Amino acid sequence: MSDPIIRAQAVEKFYLQPDGNRIEVIAPVDLDVEPGEIITLLGPSGCGKSTLLRILTGLSKPSSGEVLWHGHPITSQNAGVAIVFQSFALFPWLTVLDNVEAPLEARGVPALERHKRALRILDTVGLDGFESAYPKELSGGMKQRVGFARAMVVEPEVLFMDEPFSALDVLTAENLRNELLELWLSKKMPTSAIFIVTHNIEEAVLLADRVIVLGRNPARVRADFPIELSHPRDRKSDRFVELVDYIYKIMTQPDLALAAPGATAATHKPVRQKYQMIPHARVGGITGLLELLQDRGGKEDLYRLAEVLIMDAEDLLPIVEASVMLGFATLKEGDVEITPEGVQFAEAGILERKILFRNAALKHIVILQQIDSVLHAKADRSISQEFFYDILDEHFSQDEVERQFETAMNWGRYAEIFDFDRESHRLTLAEPVGEPHPPTTTPVQL
Amino acid sequence: MFSAGLALFYGVVEVGRNWLGPFTPHVEISRRLSALPVYAGYSLLRIALAYVLSLLFAITYGYIAAYRPRAERFMIPLLDVLQSIPVLSFLPGVMLAMAALFPGRQIGVEMGAVLLIFTGQVWNMAFSFYASLKSIPREMREAATIYRFNWWQRFIQIELPFSTIGLVWNSMMSVAGAWFFLMACEQFSDFRLPGLGSYLQAAADDGDTRSILLGVLTMVAVIVLIDQFVWRPVIAWAEKFKMEQVESASVPTSWVLDFLQRSRGVALFRKRAIRPLSERMVHYFAGHQEVRAETERESATMSWVARIAGSVALLAIGYAVVRVVMILTGLHGADFRQIGIGLAATFLRVNLTLVLGALWTIPVGVAIGFNPRLARIAQPLAQIAASVPATALFPVVLLVLIRLGGGLGVGSIVLLLLGTQWYILFNVIAGAIAIPTDLKEAANVFGIRGWECWRKLILPGIFPFLVTGLITASGGAWNASIVAEYFRFKGQTYSTVGVGALISSATEAKNFDLLLVSTIALAAVVVTTNRLVWRRLYRLAETRYKLES
Repeated sequence: MSDPIIRAQAVEKFYLQPDGNRIEVIAPVDLDVEPGEIITLLGPSGCGKSTLLRILTGLSKPSSGEVLWHGHPITSQNAGVAIVFQSFALFPWLTVLDNVEAPLEARGVPALERHKRALRILDTVGLDGFESAYPKELSGGMKQRVGFARAMVVEPEVLFMDEPFSALDVLTAENLRNELLELWLSKKMPTSAIFIVTHNIEEAVLLADRVIVLGRNPARVRADFPIELSHPRDRKSDRFVELVDYIYKIMTQPDLALAAPGATAATHKPVRQKYQMIPHARVGGITGLLELLQDRGGKEDLYRLAEVLIMDAEDLLPIVEASVMLGFATLKEGDVEITPEGVQFAEAGILERKILFRNAALKHIVILQQIDSVLHAKADRSISQEFFYDILDEHFSQDEVERQFETAMNWGRYAEIFDFDRESHRLTLAEPVGEPHPPTTTPVQL
Repeated sequence: MFSAGLALFYGVVEVGRNWLGPFTPHVEISRRLSALPVYAGYSLLRIALAYVLSLLFAITYGYIAAYRPRAERFMIPLLDVLQSIPVLSFLPGVMLAMAALFPGRQIGVEMGAVLLIFTGQVWNMAFSFYASLKSIPREMREAATIYRFNWWQRFIQIELPFSTIGLVWNSMMSVAGAWFFLMACEQFSDFRLPGLGSYLQAAADDGDTRSILLGVLTMVAVIVLIDQFVWRPVIAWAEKFKMEQVESASVPTSWVLDFLQRSRGVALFRKRAIRPLSERMVHYFAGHQEVRAETERESATMSWVARIAGSVALLAIGYAVVRVVMILTGLHGADFRQIGIGLAATFLRVNLTLVLGALWTIPVGVAIGFNPRLARIAQPLAQIAASVPATALFPVVLLVLIRLGGGLGVGSIVLLLLGTQWYILFNVIAGAIAIPTDLKEAANVFGIRGWECWRKLILPGIFPFLVTGLITASGGAWNASIVAEYFRFKGQTYSTVGVGALISSATEAKNFDLLLVSTIALAAVVVTTNRLVWRRLYRLAETRYKLES
């Protein structure tokens, strides 16, 4: 193996709270980007994939550890990298040609050569004839082609892509993926490595020479293994399905000890669970999943489920995790199975479901238990949301606190554990004061 | 081309001769028709100068506030306070100071007028630029970093384009407001400036109806021309800076812009002058980018400069506070009583104006907003009516009032209304248009009509817009009270009880202690009502009454 282009040594990202508490977003990660490979970085949503990408490109600095570019500390000036963004990040007031020329302009390339290089790249990505169009005149797929062209025109040694296909519709995404592979395999791309961040498992298996799976809270490398399938890859082949299933298994079982084929497996100690983190699923999604499971005989393969629902892992996994956390389902070897409680919930009527959900929530969900007991302890049966923000603040980053609270509100209001007034930012006990705990069957308050 | 060049040259010489010429305390205002274009030119020049100054200042201020977190912490609250200070109460002070700076030269007074207009229009532009910079999408910034954009490229290709639309709309608002201050400046009795404002006042002084009409017509013509030749083309051009993913169906157009874009001369100018120049700039900055360490050292000295400037500013503020306290202790109880009564009277007057304004504009605005055909006729008319600065009409209205025998007590309310009702009207129209058709249809289907419909649909629907209109109107009314409550006309003084009258009369009597204290009191009341009432209403409008998709 030749020398790595980029070497990350124990890079770590954390935020310091005012009280000195440390919120860890990325646990120490070692990672090399070698020439000649497509790496895909997979992980659940909000796990810190994009943050890691920004550290590897020199855009953001790690809190500790070091990123080396050919052995020297990386900066945004010395790194020969380019990024293709999920939102395209094109400049709407510049034409396609000007957008592609802009990075060359920044490097002081003379006008004539700039023009020639930009046109050549636009030709490569199939944008011939669109030079003078403005981005808003183009479809999403065309816009991302401009994004590719802008990235390739600087001839980056490593091309980074941050969820490059997830803002596109399914067919356009498939088409662009194939074109990217074609360019790469025919060596028409002036890059020696590609690093793709994605949450789409199939996409990862389809493109990658090497897959890295990140775990959540904090992000850490759960698995890192090569994919030796030859191109073009057949999605229906046994090995392909096996690999997809395997990755699902990793992603759904946080504590699974891994011994993957050829993996330089991460042997980090399982991180001490500080505080229960609830997955960001809505009650409607959980209900839908349980009903579907019940219809399909109570047990289903995760991979198949994603196919039936046409959802990718990013959307499906939180719903599955939430169902498991609430005790409505279990997860084993990449299969979801409905529990007796789940069956009861799936078959219940609207009001009965609320009671079942409430019981399950108060039994399993720590934050809801806390809210419930605090509200019962208070004389006026109400409390400011700040109180719970403060609790969550100790364990999660700012954004995550918001999301945890949002989800808790969604579940708690549905279960009629409390009411939440968005204007006064106060939670109040939902049931009439003094009533015994097991819940009432009062109708939904709208 | 040649004659245009000649005209320009003549104009420069004429302005130069006038401005650098000896100071004439009482300019004779000629009322010949041929003098009108010259006066219009003078007025326009003052506005243009003040605008260019404002734009430069706004960009600098916004830039620093957006990129220096430490500066941001005090620059933004400061902006908030500066925005609520009634500029007009500084009119006398600034004029006197500037006249003293350039003794015996007309340029001092001219600079004073420009400075006042500048303070009237700069703050919202600065805030708009700051807010735009802050809202540039993260990925766009990252793209700029990863592709190594230099400072100049960032500014020209990202920051400026991104803030263009906000700057254009705020510029339009600012310039409209500038006419208001300009008229007041030109009419300021001690240092009369040749311009449309003084022309109108002179005409009203003599009760010359024909000249009044001609003056107002000229003003409307100038404003319409500016709209057609400056704002429409700029708005149509700024369309390309919209951050939209898809092209919108209806795009603003302008025949002037079409003409310019098709013109061969402009194309040639771009190719020969602008392209090579921008190429030069880009190469210059691309070459200089490598030298990083040096810039860092530079920024170290910069921070020293900032620190020294900061300490100087702190010292100045401290000195000012001490002075104010000294003045306060020197004032009599009677003065404070006077200020209190004045504030209360003006407070009532301003809010009565708002209520009266809302009472007629809400039904009319909703009617216009709900009826597209009516809107097509009424909106341009209302726009023209609103474009005439209230201060320009003050002498005229006063003339009518005096003939009818009404005092300034009623008159000042009419004057305030004249200046502020349009803000409410336009916002109500916009709000009525923004109520979604499906909500109207739902109200119809469920038989919600009459008062019920107003209470459940229309009033909540227009609420955010109404609040915005009222906030602007309230600010405008406080400011206008200074000129509306106290007026010198045909050598006679008309006034009524109010803090505005107090400020004006203190100026007249050269009682600067009283002037300063009443101005501070006025500003304090405006800032407090903004914080206590308007800010809260606005937040309510933003949260509960916002129509979200």
